[in-house]
Amino acid sequence: MTGPVGIAFPDGTPRLELRGICKRYPSVLANDQINLKVAPGEIHAVLGENGAGKSTLMKVIYGLVKPDAGELIWGGEAVAVTSPAQAQRLGIGMVFQHFSLFETLTVVQNIALGMTGKPDLGTLSAQIVAVSERYGLPVDPSRLVHTMSVGERQRVEIIRALLLNPRLLIMDEPTSVLTPQAVERLFETLRQLSDDGCSILYISHKLHEIKALCHAATVMRAGRVTGVCDPRQESPRSMARMMVGADLPVCRPSSIAAGTERCLVVDKLTRAADSAFGTALDQIDLVVHAGEIVGIAGVSGNGQKELLTALSGETPIPEKGRIELLGRPVGCTDPLTRRRLGLCFVPEERLGRGAVPTLTLAENALLTAHDSGMVKGGLLNFGAITAFTHRCIEGFQVKCGGPDAEARSLSGGNLQKFIIGREVLQKPKVLIVSQPTWGVDVGAAAFIRQTLIDLRNTGTAILVISEELDELFEICDSISVMVKGRLSKPIATAETDLTEIGLMMTGLSQRHDGHAAQRGSGDRQ
Amino acid sequence: MKLKLERRVAPSQIMQYLSPLLAVGLTALTGLCMFIAMGKDPATAFYVFAVQPIENLYGVGELLIKASPLILIGLGLAVGFRANVWNIGAEGQLTVGVIFSGVVALHYGPQGGSWVLPAMVVAGAFGGMLWSAIPAFLRTRFNANEILTSLMLTYVAQLWLSYLIYGPWRDPNGFNFPQSEPLAPSALFPILIEGTRLNASVLITLAAVVFTWFILKRSFVGYQLQVVGLSEPAARYAGFNGRRAVWIAMLAGGVASGIAGVGEIAGPLGQLFPTASPGYGFAAIIVAFLGRLQPIGIVLGGLLISLLYLSGEAAQMTLNLPSAITGLFQGVLLFFLLGADILITYRIRVIPGTVKLKKVTA
Repeated sequence: MTGPVGIAFPDGTPRLELRGICKRYPSVLANDQINLKVAPGEIHAVLGENGAGKSTLMKVIYGLVKPDAGELIWGGEAVAVTSPAQAQRLGIGMVFQHFSLFETLTVVQNIALGMTGKPDLGTLSAQIVAVSERYGLPVDPSRLVHTMSVGERQRVEIIRALLLNPRLLIMDEPTSVLTPQAVERLFETLRQLSDDGCSILYISHKLHEIKALCHAATVMRAGRVTGVCDPRQESPRSMARMMVGADLPVCRPSSIAAGTERCLVVDKLTRAADSAFGTALDQIDLVVHAGEIVGIAGVSGNGQKELLTALSGETPIPEKGRIELLGRPVGCTDPLTRRRLGLCFVPEERLGRGAVPTLTLAENALLTAHDSGMVKGGLLNFGAITAFTHRCIEGFQVKCGGPDAEARSLSGGNLQKFIIGREVLQKPKVLIVSQPTWGVDVGAAAFIRQTLIDLRNTGTAILVISEELDELFEICDSISVMVKGRLSKPIATAETDLTEIGLMMTGLSQRHDGHAAQRGSGDRQ
Repeated sequence: MKLKLERRVAPSQIMQYLSPLLAVGLTALTGLCMFIAMGKDPATAFYVFAVQPIENLYGVGELLIKASPLILIGLGLAVGFRANVWNIGAEGQLTVGVIFSGVVALHYGPQGGSWVLPAMVVAGAFGGMLWSAIPAFLRTRFNANEILTSLMLTYVAQLWLSYLIYGPWRDPNGFNFPQSEPLAPSALFPILIEGTRLNASVLITLAAVVFTWFILKRSFVGYQLQVVGLSEPAARYAGFNGRRAVWIAMLAGGVASGIAGVGEIAGPLGQLFPTASPGYGFAAIIVAFLGRLQPIGIVLGGLLISLLYLSGEAAQMTLNLPSAITGLFQGVLLFFLLGADILITYRIRVIPGTVKLKKVTA
């Protein structure tokens, strides 16, 4: 790994300058007088929490959002970028967090689709190979996208942007779907681009990445710029203070030992994929003990969704003995039966699955907590519903307009606190949580993690599925890795590190699990 | 200056209730323009449409007797619509209700006692339920779209009734008219107010309003149906049974429509004809949406559509307009209602004149 290269700016003209950009949405001032300067060849971080206004600002630059006020100066000239096509003509490329690739088409077909006119696929393939070799982004142009891993798909998106010879490349949270090793490869590519004079706007909330990669950083909070710094001179702590406005909260680790009762047992669960692009589950073994937090790491799309719906009962499995809940076989039962046995579940999608967007918080409490005295003889007990909702709002610091606030009026973090509170208040014996802090601000994330640790200490068996490795290392007693529908043996958190788990996520290494390693991994890298 | 539709932060509660009123207003305005274009005096037209039908007790009775089936079916459909189950075949379920209760009335009516009418109601409810069970089964078993199956079954039911009236059930003393024998007095609802045709079937509707309100607002089943309608993944996550919801939703509409059919033959009609209703099963869809799928709203919506039926008849007689005028107003009303509903989630913003950003081509 090489350190960030210092860049000299000979004539001092920034490649891109923003002056006083403002964008107001009906409910929020997303960008308030934003100023930003990016020098040629500079890797410039835009750092901020979810909802700080980073994405809106990038959409302004890329012509997807029209600002209410402010100027965009490109190479010294004021321009109005009115569409992505115009942004591309100017030399601005963007790689989105969520890819826009057609799974049934090949790489070259996908890239051709995004171009104007009718490019010759042969010539284009040659161009793709040339760019991919130059920047260390190995990709076979004739491969079908659905056979590719997330990291490979991201490479296709980057190559698509690079083919237009951008002078500025915007990368929106590019590492959220990558393994630590893939992140390192991506950084090599970005440094090489920077050496070639391409400026990069790098959006992230991951401080150590920014420190390792970027030459400059603009920090945003609540729609405003709260600081400009050289991340190489700053500590993650000092940048966090600029980003959050306070020191990053830390969880208290637990000293209480895990229990021995096997609360949730999965025994060789195998299930075919439900669609061409789903993932088959392959011989999943899993045990969660009372008073233990087990983490499942892995890039999304490796079977987590399928495993979760099998565990929750949303898609029951034919053999009931494959899943045991507190000693009872429950494989073919519905979610309600499992819930009544003591299983609570926090799904990844908060709006539309964990909560009904247009219903109030009180009505959403009723969604899963109806057995906590809310229904008597088939009729609703409104007193009990309101009391429960109040307890949830107050006990879990949910910022909202009260029990009658609609679920969709809450921010992601507050809604997640409400849903976790609703499940925790039912005193579950087993709790399954998917992506507990995905899209949640730092303060709420720490609160949620602490809640899970406290619940563990009362003897609840907890299963956490998360893409955030740091989070798993913070709260879990042991970690398993999910790759291509297979689950590794658990490793005690104290006996492993990020690098090992990262390697397992690529499917290249399977410690303690020779059986799976022998069959090899499908990840062609 | 230009107008722009802008998404509201939260759906407007006021517009939720203002939108039907807006639609009624715009329908009235459209009607006014239409009458002027046809050379009719707008004041007379308004009088004929809004006042004449209900200016005496008999008229009010007619308003209620026509509103009753609309409200009853509207309630049953609203239960389904709230769960995103689209029963479009209420007209067919009403027709089968007529057939089933017709069997009871024609067979046992002449010599039967006071049990005949309740038996007709039960038979009608059963018939409607049976007819709505077919789409429910096809939907839950084969995932067949209930909009299509319930609508198609409507035509099957209508042809079935036609066959019976033109064939086995034709009145031998009816001068070969396609109609059944007149129903015996024991098979008719008693008249509530002397001098009108208002009969006891409205009491069933009244009870249904209270019952539906209770189910929708106070029961756990009503809540589950609502969740299934609002968000299917959330319902599955909570463990609410989606199939059960489809069954409840379809059968509610079927039972209500079947009973409404009984109300027709045991009420104003007094015998069976090849056509069981003037489209109450379809008009009730408009009633349900006009009423925002809420019991009280459906009562108001039912009264309005009932008035439109009456004014359509009055317009034929007084203004020499064709009978299609009723359907036309129903259509215009639904059109404006759907249009006005966009203002629940969007608002209109007036942009006085946009500031142009300096444009420099690169």
